[in-house]
Amino acid sequence: MMAYIVRRTLYAIPILIGVNLFTFMLFFVVNSPDDMARMHLGNKRVSDEAILQWKHERGYDKPLVINAEAEGLGVITDTIFFEKSLKLFVFDFGQSDSGRNIGHDISQRMWPSLAIAIPVMLVGLAVNISFSLMLAFFRGTYLDFWGVVLCVAMMSISGLFYIIGGQVLLGKLLNLAPISGYDTGLHAWKFLVLPVLIGVVSSIGSGSRWYRTLFLEEINKDFVRTARAKGLAENWVLFRHVLRNALIPILTGVVVVLPTLFMGSLLLESFFGVPGLGSYTIDAIQRQDFAIVRAMVFLGAVLYILGLLLTDISYTIADPRVRLE
Amino acid sequence: MMGFQPVILATDALIYLLLCLALGFAWYARRHDHLLAPWRRVGRSRTAMGALVVIAFYVLIGLLDTVHFRLATGQTESGETRYSTEVHSLFDLLAAPLRENSEKTYSAPFATHLYTKETIELPDGRQVRDYPRLAFGGRHLQDPHADRGMDILQRTLLGLGLGLLSFLLLMLLLFRLRVRRMQAWWHAEDQGPRRVAALVLLVMLLFTGMAVSLSSGYHILGTDKVGEDVFYQALKSIRTGLVIGTLTTLVMLPAAILLGIMAGYFRGWVDDVIQYLYTTLSSVPGVLLIAAAVLMLQIYMNNNQEEFNSLTERADMRLLFLCLILGVTSWTGLCRLLRGEALKLRQLEYVQAAQAFGVSHFTVLLRHVLPNVMHIVLIVVVLDFSGLVLAEAVLSYINIGVDPNTNSWGNMINSARLELAREPVVWWSLLAAFVFMFTLVLAANLFSDVVRDAFDPRLRERA
Repeated sequence: MMAYIVRRTLYAIPILIGVNLFTFMLFFVVNSPDDMARMHLGNKRVSDEAILQWKHERGYDKPLVINAEAEGLGVITDTIFFEKSLKLFVFDFGQSDSGRNIGHDISQRMWPSLAIAIPVMLVGLAVNISFSLMLAFFRGTYLDFWGVVLCVAMMSISGLFYIIGGQVLLGKLLNLAPISGYDTGLHAWKFLVLPVLIGVVSSIGSGSRWYRTLFLEEINKDFVRTARAKGLAENWVLFRHVLRNALIPILTGVVVVLPTLFMGSLLLESFFGVPGLGSYTIDAIQRQDFAIVRAMVFLGAVLYILGLLLTDISYTIADPRVRLE
Repeated sequence: MMGFQPVILATDALIYLLLCLALGFAWYARRHDHLLAPWRRVGRSRTAMGALVVIAFYVLIGLLDTVHFRLATGQTESGETRYSTEVHSLFDLLAAPLRENSEKTYSAPFATHLYTKETIELPDGRQVRDYPRLAFGGRHLQDPHADRGMDILQRTLLGLGLGLLSFLLLMLLLFRLRVRRMQAWWHAEDQGPRRVAALVLLVMLLFTGMAVSLSSGYHILGTDKVGEDVFYQALKSIRTGLVIGTLTTLVMLPAAILLGIMAGYFRGWVDDVIQYLYTTLSSVPGVLLIAAAVLMLQIYMNNNQEEFNSLTERADMRLLFLCLILGVTSWTGLCRLLRGEALKLRQLEYVQAAQAFGVSHFTVLLRHVLPNVMHIVLIVVVLDFSGLVLAEAVLSYINIGVDPNTNSWGNMINSARLELAREPVVWWSLLAAFVFMFTLVLAANLFSDVVRDAFDPRLRERA
């Protein structure tokens, strides 16, 4: 087990190097720092001094990969590639283009993101499993049919409409919850109710349908038939035999997204004005702050790979039949 | 006779290519029964046939909106024809009344008065602040408050009649103008799927008739901030949605298929390299990758404005680029599936027999592996469609989607969202985008489910 984890972690390194090189190419080679400076400074007639000044303030005035003028190790370390890309490996995100410390911002904004993402995931899991278990129990009846129709219809609605609809209906017309904003500490709960509710509702369509197929797959297996043949009640079969076996793919599906919960939900956070990482990313994209986008790309890749690793480990814990070589 | 000059934008060319591929495949499949069999299974499904009719309406409008040209505006002194700088499509010509009759600013659906108050000069010279009459909506009415209801009812009935008439004409033409044959067909056994298709066609034609008849006198879905007809915008957005949904998969297919089957077939270091490539790409969060790429494109376009002849061309390039970058983020899933399938296929007897006969790898891949993974490709293409249409809206909301000048449902939602705080609420743009998107995505979802079951019942739904 330990050896497997170590090997998988080592395997992640070349992938992260790949992501790192890829983002470096995308941000510094496709367009030179001069282009970025011109974009930020606004118009076409920017003086060369202004561009130099902008680049110097943000450390973009160094050579890309090799600094021929520096001495000793500086040949490699005093470059954009080392300063802006390689330092990401030790989670040194540096400064954003507007001069703030990205690492500090991330550690601050992580918590509101989790405050939305974790309840959405847990409540969503409970709602989706109960609903799809009900559909599986009534499989082949009208209830099942219309339940699936409802799921397909809900899948076909853009997430934007869930948010806008929820805000207008619950926030504006019924005045049940504040439309947007955030508060510190425990006072934040009333700002969280609406986004969590909307996050859960918008996941019902695809989530329940997917779980229902998982349940139906288990329900036709031999051991389930045996359990029924032994004379067990249908709901007992459903909970003891079907649910427990179908939980394996469900749980591993959850584990893979666990680390990415930190990244927050882009849409929910920006619509509800929650100061999390999702809205941080959107703000950065809209302000064209490349340093933040670059940091988030790398962080996202790290968390994704972590998720894959956790999935593989959780397989062995949840399903004794799986053995890691 | 007005002259015109055809214009083929980059996405137009790709749509024509896609159309040729589809027609070519249909022609080829006609003579190969094993290719037709799964499609017959699709044809036996009521849901699929109903959904197909809806999709056909969208595709028709999208195609009409793809044939672009510049109209002649007159002649220069030397006798050469001058062409307008604006690029129009066939659809623009058909919907010219919708496009040309604009208002000053917001107006509600079927409204006769503007949404905001203005200072109006009365005939006797006095000035009052009131809601002015619209330039187009309900212009023909003497007394809007009294006559509007009756007028709308009349037009609705007229539209319904128009729809019914065109439906009957179409069906009669289909049955070569014999009513009896039509009756016999309707009462025949096992016509379920076709009956559903006919009913959906009737409903769509009734809606079309109503829309045509009503929009000759009103803005049936209101107007937006600059007074443009929302119904027209929603219709124009169809092409954008279809382009994103189809061209994205078209541009990613060559890479995904080639790399996927190569990885599975050759194994060894080829497999390692390709796996590394797609794991790396798929570990970058999709939205961020798109954001980064679109930001880079914006910089490039900002600094190289002279390369684009017109705004339309520029917007079109951005649309194509968005398809490309969406393709880059979405090919990894298909590639992984194809690799797995090719791993299985290379063990099969006929592939090994071909190898034993000394058939070259290239030929084996082309003749024996590729045809046997095509069903997966088709399933993924069809399943991805609805997700891509939905993704466009989200991306446009974050401002990394299509060009702000391009009509798209995402842009409609984005601009309408800011107006929700107004009193009374400006809801019609949202409603229009919702209805048009929901109908297309729902139809696509229903259709793709049937296609998946018909082509591969064993393929589990992808998480």
